[in-house]
Amino acid sequence: MVDLQVNLGTLSLKNPVTTASGCFGYGSEYTDFMDISRLGAVFTKAVTRENREGNPSPRMTETPSGMLNSVGLQNKGVDYFINSIYPTLQQYNTVFIANVSGSTLDEYVEIAEKINALPGIPAIELNISCPNVKKGGMVFGTNRKSASEVIKAVRKVYRKILIVKLSPNVTSIPVFAKTAEDAGADAISLINTILAMSIDAEKRKPVLATVTGGLSGPAVKPVALRMVWEAYHSVKIPVIGMGGIRSVSDAIEFMLAGATAIQIGTANFVEPAVSINILEGIGKYLERHGFSSVRELIGNLEMPEGFERFRPKTF
Amino acid sequence: MVKKKIEDLLVTGNQRLNKDYFILTLRSGDPLPAIFPGQFAELRVNHAGDTFLRRPISFYDVGREHHEIRLLIREVGSGTRQLGMLGPGDTLNMIYPLGHPFTMVDGKEFLLAAGGVGIAPMLLLGKTLKQAGKRPVFLFGARSKEQMFDLTEFEELGEVYITTEDGSMGKKGMITDHPILETGNFDGCYSCGPEPMMKAIAKLATGKEIFCEVSLENMMACGIGACLCCAQPTVHGMKMACVDGPVFNTKELLW
Repeated sequence: MVDLQVNLGTLSLKNPVTTASGCFGYGSEYTDFMDISRLGAVFTKAVTRENREGNPSPRMTETPSGMLNSVGLQNKGVDYFINSIYPTLQQYNTVFIANVSGSTLDEYVEIAEKINALPGIPAIELNISCPNVKKGGMVFGTNRKSASEVIKAVRKVYRKILIVKLSPNVTSIPVFAKTAEDAGADAISLINTILAMSIDAEKRKPVLATVTGGLSGPAVKPVALRMVWEAYHSVKIPVIGMGGIRSVSDAIEFMLAGATAIQIGTANFVEPAVSINILEGIGKYLERHGFSSVRELIGNLEMPEGFERFRPKTF
Repeated sequence: MVKKKIEDLLVTGNQRLNKDYFILTLRSGDPLPAIFPGQFAELRVNHAGDTFLRRPISFYDVGREHHEIRLLIREVGSGTRQLGMLGPGDTLNMIYPLGHPFTMVDGKEFLLAAGGVGIAPMLLLGKTLKQAGKRPVFLFGARSKEQMFDLTEFEELGEVYITTEDGSMGKKGMITDHPILETGNFDGCYSCGPEPMMKAIAKLATGKEIFCEVSLENMMACGIGACLCCAQPTVHGMKMACVDGPVFNTKELLW
């Protein structure tokens, strides 16, 4: 029996297979198709301070090997999360990690403080990378100073595992990975969606009501893989990798690039039970390659001879 | 609530109706779950190059005795084109049954107004109404005769009225121009098709103070309420077409 357990700081996950925020609801949407308790963790849909209706429709369009969305953090607010959703999560034997988003630094802090008080939530994922809101989100995550400020402020009030979700819409992943680590993050997760757009040539109009949206799905995988690899070589804290994962091989590749755990996002929309297939496949891969622990995969990449000096620069 | 399932169904037939439309006949190895008119399935598309998402398709007909499902599909892009190439012996993976169905209400005579591939949910709805002792009246619109197909199955259930934009079949014009809308004595309407048409039917129903439900075709990704992409603003806040709909009472919509 191979050892699948991984650690995000002091938080132990029974396996590295988790589901990405915004792509798995609060878990209950998937119970008809799989036993969600088998997952390493579930990252919840983003939680904001107040109820948000999200962006106008159309919010989604399919693109080559992927999709664009501009949902815009639709959720019923942190108090609803605490009173109505949190109690339902306790029945599952998996780790729930709340994805926290806001428009202002104070909003992030207030939500983090409230969720800190929930004994059943051992970690939050700080979403400073949503590309679909006018205020907050990516605005924080693409500026080094504001990213540092919001992470530090949340770190002061949040005593459990703090994961910071990074944006791919920056010129240097190492810079932002290091910024998160220095500001007190226990782990980083990446990538959020890539800012993108779609145009209807016949109508000569943008397809999405918000004009731009976030690209996800297999189309982003190679970009995400490179960024996870860069992040892994820039920080000492664990990296959670995501971006277009839909197969066992995809998941293994992210771990070899340096991910301690992986998140499955858009693929859940197409194959609701894909995460369980990937979990089972990882076990088989480890056996086939003679590994006794999944942790042996992390960053276990054989580089071309002489490549050492080409490591990504941290600064 | 009926448990949703992911299943490989056997394709037993693919009937080409015209250039754009075809009917897939599928068979399940197991007894079918309860399926109601207006509900849909998410179909996996294999080998369609770079398409990625499933295709949401409403149920055209359900034959419980032989575990048979029929789907009326219009080719609109590479995904549906690939589905159109399926043939007997192939399998089709689908997630079903999904969505909130049409509601059965009191009354005798009901208008079922549909345009284009919006006709798809109307056969099962017509059958269900007829079984409940009600009288379905069908009003279907298309661009031209070439876009229409054999409607014998509908004719067996009730009167069928047709409009085409070029007048090549039935009355010339749009559905909303058809005199049956004024002369008919309907207790309610059901509609599916282009949004301007559904809005016009909704307006008519509001004027006559009768029940009206429409089936929306918002772009969907997951079909199970997880991604929040198919948002529909309603008087009760933002709803999701895939789980709260696709069928909505028009009084709920902010039209």
